[in-house]
Amino acid sequence: MLTKRVIPCLDVHDGKVTRGVQFGRAEDGGLRNVGDPVELALRYNQQGADEMVFFDITASAHGRASMVDVIERTAAQCFMPLTVGGGIRSVEDMRTMLQAGADKISINSSALTHPELITAGAERFGSQCIVVSIDAKRTRPGFWEVHSHGGRKATGLDAVEWAVRAYHLGAGEIVLNSIDADGTKAGYDCVVTRLVSESVGVPVVASGGAGNLDHMAEVLLEGKADAVLAASVFHYGQYTVAQVKAHLATKGIPVRPEQLAHP
Amino acid sequence: MIALIDYGSGNLRSVYNALCVQGGEVEILSSPAHLERADAVVLPGVGAFGDCVSQIRERGFWDPLMDWIANDRPFLGICVGYQVLFEGSEEAPGIAGMGFFKGQVRKFKTPGLKVPQIGWNRLDLSQAHALWEGLPADPYVYFVHSFYPEALEPKEVTARCHYGEIFAAAAARGRVSGVQFHPEKSQSVGLGILRNFMRQTPSSMSTLAAG
Repeated sequence: MLTKRVIPCLDVHDGKVTRGVQFGRAEDGGLRNVGDPVELALRYNQQGADEMVFFDITASAHGRASMVDVIERTAAQCFMPLTVGGGIRSVEDMRTMLQAGADKISINSSALTHPELITAGAERFGSQCIVVSIDAKRTRPGFWEVHSHGGRKATGLDAVEWAVRAYHLGAGEIVLNSIDADGTKAGYDCVVTRLVSESVGVPVVASGGAGNLDHMAEVLLEGKADAVLAASVFHYGQYTVAQVKAHLATKGIPVRPEQLAHP
Repeated sequence: MIALIDYGSGNLRSVYNALCVQGGEVEILSSPAHLERADAVVLPGVGAFGDCVSQIRERGFWDPLMDWIANDRPFLGICVGYQVLFEGSEEAPGIAGMGFFKGQVRKFKTPGLKVPQIGWNRLDLSQAHALWEGLPADPYVYFVHSFYPEALEPKEVTARCHYGEIFAAAAARGRVSGVQFHPEKSQSVGLGILRNFMRQTPSSMSTLAAG
């Protein structure tokens, strides 16, 4: 049986892992440095993380160069799937990250301004490589509006509709991040996660709002997510990946057990 | 020496890193010129079946690799590098695979099933095999694929996996094998499989690591 994935996310700013309190604060200096990305990646690797996501929140040329270095060093030591996002604007940017050792590329604002980038990436590298990340904010009952540029710019688009369109354009996976929930530790938005998950034919990763172990179980069960992504709960040592998996298993959710080979 | 075939596949570097960390002496080959010096061949693969076949042909690898597997020399195909060992694929009708294994590559069609299968799934090790030595009884490995091989020779299927349907997650005949999952992304279990592959030909590893 395919297991549900637990994915730590590392927000990288100039080669260091940082964590903003809520969306949009990154540029206001509201960032806390929580360590070296490669060191953290190795720790999560040992804890049994199923994948890892690196997010370049600088999204500048300089930030991208240091991200390439982070990915190269991580890929040489962590033998698990790695996703890179933030500031990817072209097929060439994608190729750079894949050659550095990334397995998947996550695009967000650039997919909104240039939806054809989804298709171009999927045609060149395969759909499984192209992740479309969506920042959604509930602006009225039953309506989740897509935001771009790190959650600062409202687009007027319906998050579910955009997810379906991204899927048809060739996205192989959708990351759905709830802006309302992000950084609040009040739980994932199960409602919109479920709406998206039931509308697209590809896996959906829930992001934003993980505060405790039950939140993760909820979004996998009620939200029908295929994976959970979280940052703070892992970085600050609140939980280990292993603790998350143990809890999910008690709820009957299939997770990958820790396994060692002895060839 | 292990020849890692470079035909533009996306996971080349990950496979290279994983083989090296397990003690492999790896050379990335982008043309078949040095293939004869190799003790073993690894054919990685990410992407589409048709592209994979045409890239292998364009770079002149097709015939040398067909000879290689026909002569039962150590070979490991990964993901699409495994699929091309079959006769053909629904992904690229009319384009012939290497036909080493009997059967076609099919698309997952179970209603309601998310495609691609992305994530960790359990292998049912249907046969004892050198690649499985020292693995846990129910190993989990990482899959990313929309197509799967429908193997027609049950005795060649070394591992099965269940996703919508039961498919051949790995197959082998003699010293030629292929795996649908990504050992280079499957942490300890995957690294163990790569190490087992290299152990079949100790000359593919550094002396220290082979011991």
